[in-house]
Amino acid sequence: MCHVRLDVPRSGDYCEKGGSPLRMMMKGNEAIGEAAVRAGCRYFFGYPITPQNELPEYLSYRLPEAGGVYLQAESEIAAINMVFGAAGAGARVLTSSSGPGISLKQEGISFLSGAELPCVIVNIMRGGPGLGGIQPGQADYFQATRGGGHGDYRTIVLAPGSVQEMADFTYWAFELADKYRNPVLILGDGVLGQMMEPVVFPPEAKADQTNKLWATTGCRGRQPNIIKSLYLNPEELEEQNKKLQEKFELIMQEVNRAEKYQVEDAEIILIAYGISARVSLAAIDAAREEGIKVGLFRPITLWPFPEKILLESLSKAKKLLVVEMSAGQMIEDVRLAVCGRLPVHFYGRTGGMLPSAKEILSKIKTLGGGASGRSIR
Amino acid sequence: MTKQRFHYCPGCTHGIIHRLVAEVIDEMEIREDTIGVAPVGCSVLLYNYLDIDMQEAAHGRAPALATGIKRVLPDRMVFTYQGDGDLASIGTAEIIHAAARGENITAVFVNNAIYGMTGGQMAPTTLAGQATTTSKTGRNIQSAGFPIRMSEMLATLDGAAYISRVSIHNPAHVIKAKKALRKAFETQKRGIGFSMVELLSTCPTNWGLKPTEALKWLEENMIPYYPLGEFKIKQEV
Ligand SMILES: Cc1ncc(C[n+]2csc(CCOP(=O)(O)OP(=O)(O)O)c2C)c(N)n1
Ligand code: SF4
Repeated sequence: MCHVRLDVPRSGDYCEKGGSPLRMMMKGNEAIGEAAVRAGCRYFFGYPITPQNELPEYLSYRLPEAGGVYLQAESEIAAINMVFGAAGAGARVLTSSSGPGISLKQEGISFLSGAELPCVIVNIMRGGPGLGGIQPGQADYFQATRGGGHGDYRTIVLAPGSVQEMADFTYWAFELADKYRNPVLILGDGVLGQMMEPVVFPPEAKADQTNKLWATTGCRGRQPNIIKSLYLNPEELEEQNKKLQEKFELIMQEVNRAEKYQVEDAEIILIAYGISARVSLAAIDAAREEGIKVGLFRPITLWPFPEKILLESLSKAKKLLVVEMSAGQMIEDVRLAVCGRLPVHFYGRTGGMLPSAKEILSKIKTLGGGASGRSIR
Repeated sequence: MTKQRFHYCPGCTHGIIHRLVAEVIDEMEIREDTIGVAPVGCSVLLYNYLDIDMQEAAHGRAPALATGIKRVLPDRMVFTYQGDGDLASIGTAEIIHAAARGENITAVFVNNAIYGMTGGQMAPTTLAGQATTTSKTGRNIQSAGFPIRMSEMLATLDGAAYISRVSIHNPAHVIKAKKALRKAFETQKRGIGFSMVELLSTCPTNWGLKPTEALKWLEENMIPYYPLGEFKIKQEV
């Protein structure tokens, strides 16, 4: 997992040839890096941790080439606070980490959300808890969607399922962050981060940063700008909280995305995101061959959870099966969404183990036969 | 400075230090090019008093914010204002690494040997034997260790360009303090590297002393342990 790549692309490689979009074979982690640069991000602050290292490694040479700054911070705590400073100065800024590092960033993420600063944070998940392991996991769902930090705040959470989506969602993340002035988290996992797939990059965006009138850039020709999250007067703080909640409410209405596969006639619907969804697809095809009516619902926004889209997809469904690389976290959002109307089953692997299509298929078969309940291998 | 009334206790020297920073900014005519970073501590409301762009940091993280701001806006002046709990305890990693990187920012470090805002607990800079709410019979070196001399420590780092310690216990020293602040800001303006001025300051409320007694206590107890002077001046400064 830790190796030096010598075949790194060089600056000339990024040019669109004859105006057509650039197509490259890339690791998911690198695709995020290239997409960030193309989304107008020029600042990265981070601290090494497996399995996301290819992203900072890529940006360590790519950003200076693009006239930007790559800075390895002394810790994840420092990194997220550098992100705060840069975001407050009006820049598009990125940081990335994996579980333990994201835990350290939570105080900063709460401050960013409280001060309404936009930024993009990448978590390439590994197995936990504690130091856990370096193999892929999905057990940071609670941390990502509930916010591991203090106070009533939310982060938008996007879950890519391919290298192409790693790139596409990076663009999208920067747009959402600026639009709502809030941190946006890209929640990937070690498999997506490390695997190589072809990826097409749209041409470089012209990020308009001139409209950040609130940024602290020196008060030339205007009143001073203050970026803060402190309100010592409880009435004022409640007002600020109401304002934030209204914004979160708006995001819940406007940012909902999911993908469906063969759900129209499905009696059993699998619900999975990221790499678990990809493995589930293979299990669904195999089950269909055996005549079992199965489909897949893949949440793409994890917060807001695409509850409405899910409920619209359940016309023929009799049972739901949530597949995660955790002991069962997203399943809570599914249960909240269906509110007891359907039985919700679970299949999960933990510790860095990937569920196999075969395992999922046999779980589907047990459901066909009416067996129920939770299973974690 | 704005017209806001200070929220500080009577005799607290934070106010004097605010004034000095504001005067240096005005004299250098950099008000519209300066971004300040406020700490968590008694001076958390610094942005109510300085009439400039400011960001408020999490406890101890001001140097990291300042780094982020300065990297985006390298031609602006960026400074942090931090207490001793903020800079010398929870934020030691951030200040050390900002200095080690030679980050072209200025830290205004207010050392009052106690945690003011939270009600007078022991700080990393609390003197041996000094009574606080968490060391009622005086700081016990055996169990609580020794007070930290940040200026001396940071001066050992190659990235530090200008480091000095001053005091504000009398008018003569206040004038010296202002000169040091000016030198630190000039160091940044000329792009030479990291600069910090440590200002020995009083906390009459939590020291349990009258303002004049506090100034005397500072002079008699703090200066012997925290000697004044310039600890690092890069040749270019
Ligand atoms: C993470 C975190 N821990 C603790 C606190 C509580 N806290 C607020 S101010 C402070 C100490 C400030 O002392 P100092 O930096 O010496 O500044 P002073 O108030 O003396 O000027 C502490 C511990 C906090 N706000 N955040
Ligand atoms: S508690 Fe101490 S440091 Fe804080 S305002 Fe009062 S005197 Fe100043």
